[in-house]
Amino acid sequence: MHRILTAVTALSLCTAGAASAQDYAGHLKARQGQFRILAINLGTLGDMAQGKTEYDAEAAQAAADSLVAVSMIHQGPLWPEGSSEMDMDGTRAKSEIWDDWEDFAAKWGALGEAATAMQAAAGNGAEAIGPAMGGLGGACKACHDSYRAPQN
Amino acid sequence: MRKAIAAVVLVAIAAAGAGWVLTAPKRLPEARFAGMTGDPAAGERVFTAAGCASCHHAPDAEGEDKLVLSGGQRFASEFGTFVAPNISPDPEQGIGDWGLTAFANAVMRGISPSGRHLYPAFPYTAYAHMRDADVADLWAYLLTLPASDMPSEPHEVAFPFNIRRGVGAWKLLYASDDWVMREVPDAQLERGRYLVEALAHCGECHTPRDGLGGLDSSAWLTGAPNPSGKGTIPGLTPDQLDWDASSIAYYLESGFTPDYDSAGGHMVAVVENFAKLEASDREAVAAYLKALPAGGDMD
Ligand code: HEC
Ligand code: HEC
Ligand code: HEC
Repeated sequence: MHRILTAVTALSLCTAGAASAQDYAGHLKARQGQFRILAINLGTLGDMAQGKTEYDAEAAQAAADSLVAVSMIHQGPLWPEGSSEMDMDGTRAKSEIWDDWEDFAAKWGALGEAATAMQAAAGNGAEAIGPAMGGLGGACKACHDSYRAPQN
Repeated sequence: MRKAIAAVVLVAIAAAGAGWVLTAPKRLPEARFAGMTGDPAAGERVFTAAGCASCHHAPDAEGEDKLVLSGGQRFASEFGTFVAPNISPDPEQGIGDWGLTAFANAVMRGISPSGRHLYPAFPYTAYAHMRDADVADLWAYLLTLPASDMPSEPHEVAFPFNIRRGVGAWKLLYASDDWVMREVPDAQLERGRYLVEALAHCGECHTPRDGLGGLDSSAWLTGAPNPSGKGTIPGLTPDQLDWDASSIAYYLESGFTPDYDSAGGHMVAVVENFAKLEASDREAVAAYLKALPAGGDMD
């Protein structure tokens, strides 16, 4: 009897601890969506820098402004504890994010600086975009290096 | 009966003896590097393409500190955890007093100066294909880097993999002087092959391994499980990676995929290195990937 009780308690502790992907479905959509907005706007700028599309000052500026706008979203609410890839499917967020939140936040801050630099450069021709792309790419990679798990 | 047992024992002893001889470290001929001196400036490009710093810099080093090769990074595998040693020019804790021949034996043959086999977590089966002049240039460059007196840490590897002699048997199975891509019709593909197969050891991460940890050349660069946790490392053969050559070269320079996602994980260090190389090197790697057969069967 005693044993059964412990087993039952252990079981209920387990289920109480594990949040389901369902609880955080909105959080996952929101944080992954913001990265998609970044990627789409980078596409506009990167294709111009590579000469794949013609330079268009207005479109470039709008894309850079959007990058800055996304970078101003406060990240705390999008990353509730217990929403890492260890806890649930549908995310590539590594648990290390919560081990060193300060560093993660600093890397988001670095993205903001790189986006601001792009905002200043985007209106000045395709040649000015290239170096600013380098800065942005560095900010994306630095965070993905530590905090995003490989694809399944 | 007794005779039979004796025969079996004899055979076993003979086999062990032969095994002992076969698994002995096979050093490079003493004369091969004698009298050679390298050019440190040229060695920097070899060093960057080969990614030595990616494994040998201190665990949390950033920026210029990545040139201090004090070791300490840990590499998990199914055989245990390997810890990269100090290979800075410090004569006590590093390798500053080794000399070119000892260095070449480590990099091209996986043999330490004391004659022990090194573990293939150090990708010397790829570096075995390096040109002698590149090894000499690399050694000259390494000696210009800052020294660190950080002691190397022991590996966390259990029996039987802690017996280095066993690595000799492994080398018999997997170390080969042959290129994986046998035919390279032009100079660009030849350079691409040199970068992919010898220096940048792309196969170490992107090729699946068999039960003994050897790379499966019948599924070359077709992707592999991630050795340090969940997920997979993507395949690079044209049936799996349908990017055009200029997109592959741009990824190696910027980390951006064609849809402007950004590289992560262990690929970040590779991109950081390739961003420093010449555009022609990135284009050569792209040409190599485009020349791979679908399915990666190179046997
Ligand atoms: C502060 C850290 C950080 C920065 C900076 C960052 N990312 Fe990410 N990114 C992540 C993490 C973590 C995930 C995984 C999120 C998840 O799956 O829940 C991710 C996911 C993504 C995804 C996949 C989204 C999806 O649909 O699942 C894309 C695309 C992406 N990032 C692009 C970028 C680009 C481009 C940049 C630079 C402009 C960038 N990221 C900067 C941490 C970061
Ligand atoms: C994938 C990670 C990795 C890369 C890349 C790498 N090494 Fe290593 N290296 C190791 C590990 C792990 C060891 C320890 C092997 C052992 O003890 O058996 C090692 C050992 C060595 C040793 C022997 C040191 C000693 O004290 O015995 C030398 C020399 C060395 N590496 C040089 C290099 C050079 C030069 C490069 C670039 C051309 C390089 N390594 C690239 C992981 C790496
Ligand atoms: C140390 C391990 C490692 C080495 C060495 C390595 N890669 Fe990678 N590579 C990865 C990982 C991990 C990813 C997945 C990156 C991510 O999660 O964003 C990757 C992704 C890629 C991708 C993107 C594929 C896709 O579908 O998104 C390409 C292209 C690539 N690598 C090419 C190369 C080439 C070429 C080399 C050699 C010059 C190389 N890699 C060496 C680990 C490695």
